[in-house]
Amino acid sequence: MAALRISPPLVLIRPTRMVERNLLVYRRSFMVIFSGFFEPLFYLFSMGFGVGALVGSVQLGDGTSVSYAVFVAPALLASSAMNGAIYETSNNFFGKLKYAKIYDAVIATPMSLADVARGEILWALLRGSLYVLGFLAVIGVLGIGGLGLISSPMGLLAFPAAMVVGYGFAGAGMAATTFVRKWQDFDFLQLAIMPMFLFSGTFYPISAYPAALQVVVECTPLYRGVHLIRALTTGTPDVWIAIDVLYLLAMGTIGLAIVSKRLSKLLLA
Amino acid sequence: MGPPSEPPAALVRCTRAHGQYHPGVPANATPLDSLIYARGLTKRFGSFTAVDGVDFDVAPGEAFGFLGPNGAGKTSTMRMIGTVSPVSAGTLTVFGLEPAHDGARIRSRLGVVPQADTLDRDLSVLENLLIYGRYFDLSWGEARRRAVELLEFVQLTERSNDQVEPLSGGMKRRLVIARALINEPSLLLLDEPTTGLDPQARHLVWDRLYRLKQRGVTLCLTTHYMDEAEQLCDRLVVMDKARIVAEGSPRQLIERYVTREVLELRFRRDEGETDDSAHLVGQLEGLAERFEQLPDRTLVYTSDGEATAAAAFERGLRPTGVLVRRGSLEDVFLRLTGRSLVE
Repeated sequence: MAALRISPPLVLIRPTRMVERNLLVYRRSFMVIFSGFFEPLFYLFSMGFGVGALVGSVQLGDGTSVSYAVFVAPALLASSAMNGAIYETSNNFFGKLKYAKIYDAVIATPMSLADVARGEILWALLRGSLYVLGFLAVIGVLGIGGLGLISSPMGLLAFPAAMVVGYGFAGAGMAATTFVRKWQDFDFLQLAIMPMFLFSGTFYPISAYPAALQVVVECTPLYRGVHLIRALTTGTPDVWIAIDVLYLLAMGTIGLAIVSKRLSKLLLA
Repeated sequence: MGPPSEPPAALVRCTRAHGQYHPGVPANATPLDSLIYARGLTKRFGSFTAVDGVDFDVAPGEAFGFLGPNGAGKTSTMRMIGTVSPVSAGTLTVFGLEPAHDGARIRSRLGVVPQADTLDRDLSVLENLLIYGRYFDLSWGEARRRAVELLEFVQLTERSNDQVEPLSGGMKRRLVIARALINEPSLLLLDEPTTGLDPQARHLVWDRLYRLKQRGVTLCLTTHYMDEAEQLCDRLVVMDKARIVAEGSPRQLIERYVTREVLELRFRRDEGETDDSAHLVGQLEGLAERFEQLPDRTLVYTSDGEATAAAAFERGLRPTGVLVRRGSLEDVFLRLTGRSLVE
């Protein structure tokens, strides 16, 4: 055996074992993965083109006017990244933690709980990236990104931006899941997700709200994600996108720290 | 928990100086020549003490057992050794390392067969071993090579590509044992390896464990079956109510606490008849050094069961059932705690 082979540090390698485990599982049922691909597309066709035909164009914050489909597509991309991350880190993670007891076996190996948490977040992001790429490919083909998604180099940043959105929600979602006791508790999670999806400037500009309510909406994570991706795909970035990125990265990282702590309480008694 | 540099040898001397009896502690053990070294090891869950200051050592190559009823603290002890449960107080080293600081290093050399199967139900039999090898940083090729070999060893080769769920209890347990061996551990922890298995499945598991022992793998197991302890363990500690109450080889324990033979007498108890055990023991008085009255039978501890039975008949006793057997660990436990192992 060549002892001199240079390999990356274990702290980076070990989380990928959880991804390998999940790939083994989905190898046999990869079609399940595709289900999440269609939801944002259905929304795009019904809202973007259906409702869009009635609405005409929408004015962005800086005064530029864009077609409704161009307005709504980045918001659907952000929502899709959120939903993918939440789905994987809520029901799926809960099932593995409480019922399949996957991690009870993992903790008897050199893997740490931080490896487990990072690995599952990484998996959620990889899965989400499939949806994001698929969605980007479709709107690219449809030419909806005429204002910048395809032509402006900034539009390419929509992909990493969607990953940042996914990271934020995956960390927070997984942290929330560690407090869940039974499946029904996830209804409360939906109670947070659904209004965010509908009211975060997704389908119309938040200038429709009174000033006080606008501030509230601006503080929600999905609004930050929508703002970030819309700024990139429409080529209208402002200084706030730095806040968007920091907000979402912090949310994911704090979530991850909570997950490691909670898992040791739950599994290492 | 003190740092490893603290001289545990002094700790032993100090407790010895107080004249306390410390079962489980060979005189000259140190954390370095023991695979597992525990002094005053304690586990508390809130106000409940699951393990109450136990001392024991496990030497390389031996098969060491914790024998005791459910709730004696065996599993809590095993979980602390497996570094998946923090030590509340006392000293514990595994391979000379401390669980709190070197958990991952300890686990990389341990094989663990937990009480519950914890198999990955979403994966096939073979995949369970492969991914476990990956958790131990094996390459896919190496993991596959070992997995195939181990499936052969636990006689599950034909089931390689099956899902886990349809396997019988015995097969699942064998698969967990194979999984625990994927990292070629020098110490194998087994928590009640055959509980819930039928006799045939148990013997198959024992046979595999015996082979591992022959290969020099150190076994550390818990059980509440005396026959399992007698079959597998070179040395064991008897645990009861969070404490160790005796230590030795099965033979030593039997010699120390019970007689060579046990005479079991059953008497017909007629409907409505009151408990006459006092009367009965009175009649047996002088026949043997010790008696134990169980709900359904009387145990007479004697060096010669046949002779004692004959003497009982001479006294006019007419038991409906007479059985002479060798003294067992069950008797040891009964002697030490006044209770049966399996209730």
